[in-house]
Amino acid sequence: MIINHPLLGPRDAQEFTYLGDATLINRPDWQSDNAAQAFHDYLYLRDNPAGEHRELWFHEQGDRSWLVVTRNTVTHEILSVEMARDVAKAAAAERSAQ
Amino acid sequence: MRYSALKLIKEAVTGHKGWTPQWRDPEPAQAYDYVIVGGGGHGLATAYYLAKEFGAARIAVLEKGWIGGGNVGRNTTIIRSNYLLDGNEPFYEFSLKLWENLEQDFNYNAMVSQRGILNLIHSDAQRDAARRRGNAMILNGSDAELLDTEGVRAMYPFLNFNDARFPIKGGLLHRRGGTVRHDAVAWGYARGADMRGVDIIQNCEVTGFRIENGKVLGVETSRGFIGAKKVGVSVAGSSSRVMEKAGMRLPIETHVLQAFVSEGLKPFIPGVITYGAGHFYCSQSDKGGLVFGGDLDMYNSYAQRGNLPVVEDVIEGGISLIPALGRARLLRSWGGIMDMSMDGSPFIDKTHIDGLYFNGGWCYGGFKATPASGYCFAHLLKTDRPHDTATAYRLDRFMTGHMIDEKGQGAQPNLH
Ligand SMILES: Cc1cc2nc3c(=O)[nH]c(=O)nc-3n(C[C@H](O)[C@H](O)[C@H](O)COP(=O)(O)OP(=O)(O)OC[C@H]3O[C@@H](n4cnc5c(N)ncnc54)[C@H](O)[C@@H]3O)c2cc1C
Repeated sequence: MIINHPLLGPRDAQEFTYLGDATLINRPDWQSDNAAQAFHDYLYLRDNPAGEHRELWFHEQGDRSWLVVTRNTVTHEILSVEMARDVAKAAAAERSAQ
Repeated sequence: MRYSALKLIKEAVTGHKGWTPQWRDPEPAQAYDYVIVGGGGHGLATAYYLAKEFGAARIAVLEKGWIGGGNVGRNTTIIRSNYLLDGNEPFYEFSLKLWENLEQDFNYNAMVSQRGILNLIHSDAQRDAARRRGNAMILNGSDAELLDTEGVRAMYPFLNFNDARFPIKGGLLHRRGGTVRHDAVAWGYARGADMRGVDIIQNCEVTGFRIENGKVLGVETSRGFIGAKKVGVSVAGSSSRVMEKAGMRLPIETHVLQAFVSEGLKPFIPGVITYGAGHFYCSQSDKGGLVFGGDLDMYNSYAQRGNLPVVEDVIEGGISLIPALGRARLLRSWGGIMDMSMDGSPFIDKTHIDGLYFNGGWCYGGFKATPASGYCFAHLLKTDRPHDTATAYRLDRFMTGHMIDEKGQGAQPNLH
């Protein structure tokens, strides 16, 4: 698989390590009333879809940035690649706008 | 039809005209007492033991493709009882005991071969861990022997003992472990279940559940609605997809694992060897092919095929351990999709929906579990209580803090 890094261009997936579902960016609020349940779900439960999946890849053998890769888990086709920090910032902006 | 040596001789001299199909191809009935979803090893074994040991009637196994087309026909066929933790080892020891008597039990030649498994040791820390695991195995009625370098050399003189980085310092030998003809396990259980009246329905995909007031009434399938008092789901890599239809999110990720077989060679490796310093394990099939594998591809996948980096990694591991492997030609490689759980251990449990039961999370180690998994799932389906050896395989164990993390990797399924 070739991951098209937003800053470095096309890179072999072998240069990366894989973490998992990109929802791991959205850490629950530890002060909320249902924090124990929310952290259980966050840490242990997964959608695990067959098809499009947004996931976190770490460019360990490269610039050590975290990427959010949208990939099809049935065909291995990579549909889009974003910097994880941009995704996290956009999510934070959305939260504070609410 | 019972198989025996006498029957074989009789058929041999009469032109093999008397053999009959090993199982029927029935139309689905309108309703059953028990519907098992998934005709892999675990689903078929569940149906077999339900009928044979627990006297249950009106059972169907629904398989979306053909039986044996999933992981039960794709694995590297290793069976063993060499786990460390209390939640696991009694279960795997129960499974190995069932394997030891399986062929007599279901009257089918599954080529169960207890040729021994050797886990190699390359450091003092690994020796300590092996000694501890060996003791845990012995305490649970399994067998373990710690070998030193010379002990390993006597068994496998062709290994690379003097690797500068990872010299071989010994091994943990589990003599009762071995290999089994995987397809024959699916066929043997299917035939045994069919003989006891179980309907094995192939080309029948479960597409949903009919659930009313928190109780399951049956399953929607590609061949229409099939009613059921109890539904047991046993679909390995497809667990999340199927249970999603009942509104459940599971502590499971699906990953692809590859395996490889070389051209047929003369007898070379009598047992199973696992490398302790890289991801590589190997045995030799009775046809002569070296059967080996290694790591997951590491990313979520439903593709039943992997990519080249892992091929390279496995072959590198293999050649650093067995240099002679470099002279063999690779014949085939393939992949299967694994239900990787969050602590590397499986689930055999009820769900919050009345009458719906789940069996999954077998990771890459579910073949060896097939007999005990089927037996314990049948026990749960029939009695609503977990079997004594499977009490720890609960779906809520992450909430209650009772995970069974053999490798101590945490909630990172691709590392188990
Ligand atoms: C390369 C490889 C090597 C392995 N090596 C070993 C090993 O050496 N030792 C070991 O112990 N384990 C090993 N395993 C793991 C082992 O094969 C699995 O854990 C085990 O086979 C899973 O259980 P099963 O046999 O029931 O799965 P499967 O055979 O996959 O059965 C599940 C069935 O469910 C069916 N299904 C899915 N969705 C639906 C639906 N909606 N409706 C109806 N049916 C459905 C599928 O078609 C499939 O036939 C290996 C696996 C792989 C891929």
